[in-house]
Amino acid sequence: MPRVHDRGGRPDAGPIDRTERELSPWEKRVDALRGALGSRGLVRADELRRAIEALDPETYEKLSYYERWIAAIEALMIEKGLLTREEIDRKVREDDT
Amino acid sequence: MTPKFNIGDRVRVRVGAPPGHFRTPAYIQGKTGAVEAVHGAFPNPESLACGGDGLPAQALYLVRFGQTHVWEGYCASPKDQLLIDLYEHWLEPV
Repeated sequence: MPRVHDRGGRPDAGPIDRTERELSPWEKRVDALRGALGSRGLVRADELRRAIEALDPETYEKLSYYERWIAAIEALMIEKGLLTREEIDRKVREDDT
Repeated sequence: MTPKFNIGDRVRVRVGAPPGHFRTPAYIQGKTGAVEAVHGAFPNPESLACGGDGLPAQALYLVRFGQTHVWEGYCASPKDQLLIDLYEHWLEPV
């Protein structure tokens, strides 16, 4: 059984939603963040893919495209010791208030 | 590095699911195709994905497969082809 991201030929995948939509500002920021981390040599494209593919299957199915990106970026920041979970959670709380 | 395969060579895709990240989707594993083009050598993404240096670089090929061979019950034109990039360490000679 292929892993959750390996979708090719999966009979239950359903038709592809080809609807175009404008990206939200947060989605553009996630893309920019990956670009900034990449240009500084902190996160490679292949590392991001590995971290996305390591999401547990239930989470993977639930998240949207850029939600998967940011979840993977968080995991890589923690894995590499660049940020702690506590630091990320604290900053998210600050931005929410 | 010198590519192991040349244009026109028949190759079979290895079957496997190594931990981490790899670029060989399940649907093409075990299938037999022919080398369409040799792209050159690139750092191995499986190594890059886990913090490695990607060396030794791996030759990357464009490989052609018949769609009727790839998909059981494929019912469009039997002439349809699937072209996919595959790294050398996923290919074996036929």
